[in-house]
Amino acid sequence: MHKDQPLIFELSKPGRIGYSLPELDVPAIDVAQVIPNDYIRQEAADLPEVSELDIMRHYTALSKRNHGVDSGFYPLGSCTMKYNPKINENVARFAGFAHIHPLQPEETVQGALELMYDLQEHLKEITGMDAVTLQPAAGAHGEWTGLMMIRAYHEANGDYNRTKVIVPDTAHGTNPASATVAGFETVTVKSTEEGLVDLDDLRRVVGPDTAALMLTNPNTLGLFEENILEMAEIVHAAGGKLYYDGANLNAVLSKARPGDMGFDVVHLNLHKTFTGPHGGGGPGSGPVGVKAELIPFLPKPTVEKGENGYYFDYDRPQAIGRVKPFYGNFGINVRAYTYIRSMGPDGLKAVTEYAVLNANYMMRRLAEYYDLPYNRHCKHEFVLSGKRQKKLGVRTLDIAKRLLDFGYHPPTIYFPLIVEECMMIEPTETESKETLDAFVDAMIQIAKEAEETPEIVQEAPHTTVVKRLDETTAARKPILRYQK
Amino acid sequence: MLHRYLPMTEEDKQQMLQTIGVQSIDELFADIPESVRFQGEYNIKRAKSEPELMKELMALAAKNVDIKTHPSFLGAGVYDHYIPTIVDHVISRSEFYTAYTPYQPEISQGELQAIFEYQTMICELTGMDVANSSMYDGGTALAEAALLSAAHTKKKKVLLSSAVHPEYREVVKTYAKGSGLEVVEIPYENGVTNIRVLQEEMDEDVACVIVQYPNFFGQIEPLKDIEPIAHAHKGMFVVASNPLALGILTPPGQFGADIVVGDAQVFGIPTQFGGPHCGYFAVKSALMRKIPGRLVGQTTDEEGRRGFVLTLQAREQHIRRDKATSNICSNQALNALAASVAMTALGKRGVKEMATMNIQKAHYAKEAFVNAGFHVVFSGPFFNEFVVRLSKPVAEVNKKLLEKGIIGGYDLGRDYAELQHCMLIAVTELRTKEEIDMLVKELGDYHA
Repeated sequence: MHKDQPLIFELSKPGRIGYSLPELDVPAIDVAQVIPNDYIRQEAADLPEVSELDIMRHYTALSKRNHGVDSGFYPLGSCTMKYNPKINENVARFAGFAHIHPLQPEETVQGALELMYDLQEHLKEITGMDAVTLQPAAGAHGEWTGLMMIRAYHEANGDYNRTKVIVPDTAHGTNPASATVAGFETVTVKSTEEGLVDLDDLRRVVGPDTAALMLTNPNTLGLFEENILEMAEIVHAAGGKLYYDGANLNAVLSKARPGDMGFDVVHLNLHKTFTGPHGGGGPGSGPVGVKAELIPFLPKPTVEKGENGYYFDYDRPQAIGRVKPFYGNFGINVRAYTYIRSMGPDGLKAVTEYAVLNANYMMRRLAEYYDLPYNRHCKHEFVLSGKRQKKLGVRTLDIAKRLLDFGYHPPTIYFPLIVEECMMIEPTETESKETLDAFVDAMIQIAKEAEETPEIVQEAPHTTVVKRLDETTAARKPILRYQK
Repeated sequence: MLHRYLPMTEEDKQQMLQTIGVQSIDELFADIPESVRFQGEYNIKRAKSEPELMKELMALAAKNVDIKTHPSFLGAGVYDHYIPTIVDHVISRSEFYTAYTPYQPEISQGELQAIFEYQTMICELTGMDVANSSMYDGGTALAEAALLSAAHTKKKKVLLSSAVHPEYREVVKTYAKGSGLEVVEIPYENGVTNIRVLQEEMDEDVACVIVQYPNFFGQIEPLKDIEPIAHAHKGMFVVASNPLALGILTPPGQFGADIVVGDAQVFGIPTQFGGPHCGYFAVKSALMRKIPGRLVGQTTDEEGRRGFVLTLQAREQHIRRDKATSNICSNQALNALAASVAMTALGKRGVKEMATMNIQKAHYAKEAFVNAGFHVVFSGPFFNEFVVRLSKPVAEVNKKLLEKGIIGGYDLGRDYAELQHCMLIAVTELRTKEEIDMLVKELGDYHA
C-alpha cells in the first residue's frame, strides 16, 4: 500500500516560515504612503506556510514518485533520454555563468560571449551550416524561428505566394503546428511501404507555392531517408527550402551532416543530443543553423567576434526580429557546450555508433516477439507494432503500463501515427548491454504474458504509487488548482 | 574508445554485431548514400578530461563580472533576488531533472503534483482561475497571449503599450508577423500608458490591449482605468506582470484581466545571462480550453486514490498538429519547479514581506537621489524601479561605476530616444543601505 503525499497546501500551518530575509536597513515606510489604496492587495496570496524541513521532505517524497534517467532505463523514442553528465550541472552553476545579468556591459560578460561564440562554431561544424543562432528556447521554438526566416527569405525575393510547408505523415506534431504559427498552410506528403518519403507524392505536392519541406532524417521510424539528395533537388528546383528537424541528430553525428544533405535550415535540440537535461519537460534549447543566403534573416542580436573581443550585433536590418528576450537559454547552452567539450570529435562519433548499434541489437532481439513493420537496419531508434498482441486483447498501452512494473519507462507509444499499435524505442548510447538485455527480457516476458495471462498486462501497472488514472474525467471536469 | 559515458566493451560490441548479423558497425550505416556520407571526424576541439575541462571552464566563467560579488542595480525584467538555498537542493534531485515530460502519469506523480501546486500558486498571485505549467519566458508568454486573444476574438489588432518591456515588444512583433496581426504601439505619458491615446486607438477590430504592471519603468499602471477601455469593444485585457510585485499589489485578475503573463524568474531562478527563466500564463476560466501549453489536472485512479495527469491535451500540437494555435512542446518545467519551491519557502508571509522590502528599499533610494539633487523622471507610484536623468550617457557613467565595483542601471536611451541619459535603477531586497548610498555618492557628479 502506497502512502499518498499531501499537497503542500494541506501541510501548511499558520505561524511557520521557510525563508530568511535580511533585516530592513532603511527607514520603514508604510506602503500605503506610496501606493494608492486600490492597488494594495487586500487579501494575501494564499501560499503555503511551512518550515524548511517540511519543504525538503515534501519534495523528497515527490521525487520518489518520479522516474528519471538516473532512476532507470528510459527508452522513449525520439526523446534521446541519455545520461545527463553531472559536470554540466556544476559548470552551469559557476557564479560567472549563473549570476550574470543579460544587460550588463559587453566587456563584463566576455567569458559568456566567448562560450556562446565557440558553441556556435562547434554547432556549425557538426551540422555543416554557415551560421547558428542560439536564441530559440526549445525545438518547437527553433522550428518556428527557422520557418520565419524562410518566409523572410522568400519575401525578400519578392516571392509572396509561397504559402505552403510540406511535412511527411511521420512528422513530429510540432512541425505542422510551427508551420501554422508561422503563417503557413501544411501539406502532408505520404510515406512508402518501406517507411520513406514517397518521391512521387512529393513531386505531386511540390509547386510554386512551396515555401519549404520539413524533414527529420533519420525519420521518426528510425530510417534514413536514402533519397535525400533527390528530395532536395525536387524541392530546390521548385524554389522551396529544405528544413531539417534535428530531433534525431543523435543518429548521424559524424556520419552525415544536414548541410551536406542539402538542407538550408536546421534546428537542434540541445536537451536531447547534447545532454541538457529534460528537466521534466524543459527548459530546452533549440539553436538554428542556416546556409549563407539565409544569414541576413537570423534573429537579432547575433554574437560576433571582433578585434576588441566578442560583441552583440544589433545592426541587422533584414533580421526576422527577436524570437526571445535576451539571448536564448544560456544555462542549457553552457551544459551542451560542456558536453561537446567532454566528448570531442572521436567521442561524438562513438556516440552515434553505439546509439545505432544498441537500437539494432534490441530490434533484432525483439523481432521474434513483436511485429517489425520495417525490417531493415534502423538508425538510433526503431518501431515495433503491437498488432499481434492486440489480437490477444492486449493493447500497446497495456504493454507500456506493464513495463512500469519492471522499473522501466516505456517507449513512445502510438507515434508515428502511420504504424498501428506503435512502440518507438530509442535506447541511446549511454546504456550498457546488460541494461538492454534486461529490458528486452522484460518485453519478451510481456509478450508471453499476453498469450498466457493477458489480464496481468491488461491490469498493469501493479506496483506503482497510483494505478491507471481517469483521464476522461480529468478532461471533462477539469480540476486545475487546489482549492480549500 | 573508452569514455566514462559510453559503457560498451569490445566484447559486448562483438556479441551484439553477431546478434544483428553484421560484421561491423559501418554496415549499419550503409543506407547513408556515399555522396552525403561525412568522412572522418569533425574539425572541433579535442576532448578534455574532467578535471582539465573543469579548470578551463572555471577560468572562462571567471572572465565575467557576476552580480553576487558586485552590487547590481540592473533590473529591466531580470532581477537579483534572494534565492532560498533549498531551491537548488530540490531541483538537483535527479528524479526531477533527468525526467521527461510526465506523459506516463503512474511514474511521474512527483512532477505532476509539483506542477499542480505551481499552477495553484500562480493563480493565487495573479488572481486568475487557471494557470498552465509554464512557457519559455515572459516575452514569449506575452506573444502567445496576443495570439490567443486574436484566435479567441477573431480580430487582428493588438494595442501594445510602449511602457511594456522593449524586448517583450520586439518578440510580440515577431510573432505577430507570423500570424498576420497588426501591432499598434500606445505611447506613454509620465511613465504610464497614455490613456487618452489608448481610447482613441480603441475600436471594434482590437483583439487585445497589452500593458505591463508594474511597467518597464517600474511604474504602477492604472489597471482600474485601463480595463473599461480594453473591454469596451469585446477585446481581451492582457497584463504582463512581475509576480513578486503581486505579493503586495492588487492582482490583475481583480481588475478584470483576461490573460495575465510574466516571468517567475523572481522566484528562485538565477539571472544566468537571460535564460532559462520561466514564463507563466494565467487566464480566466472562459479561456481554459484555449490556453497554450501543458496543463496538469487532478483526478483519481481505478482505486479512487487521488492522482494527477496532463490534461486537456486536445489543445496541444501533438494532437491538433496544424490546427493547434500554439506550437509549444518543451516548456520550462524544472524552472517552474524552482519557482514553486521558492514560492513555498517564502510562503504567504515571505512573498508579501519581500515585495514590501523592495518597495521600501527602492523608495529609500529614490529619496536619496532626490535629496542629492537628481531629477527623477516619472512621479507616479512605483514598485522597485525608477528612472533618474544624468548629465552624461549612461554607458559612460556605468564604466565609471564599474571601476568602483558597482553594476549600474539600464540605459533607457537604447530604446527610447527621448530618454537619453536616463538610467533605470532597480533596487531589490538584496541591496543594502550602504550599497544604495554608495551608488548615490558615485553618481554625484552626474546631476542632469
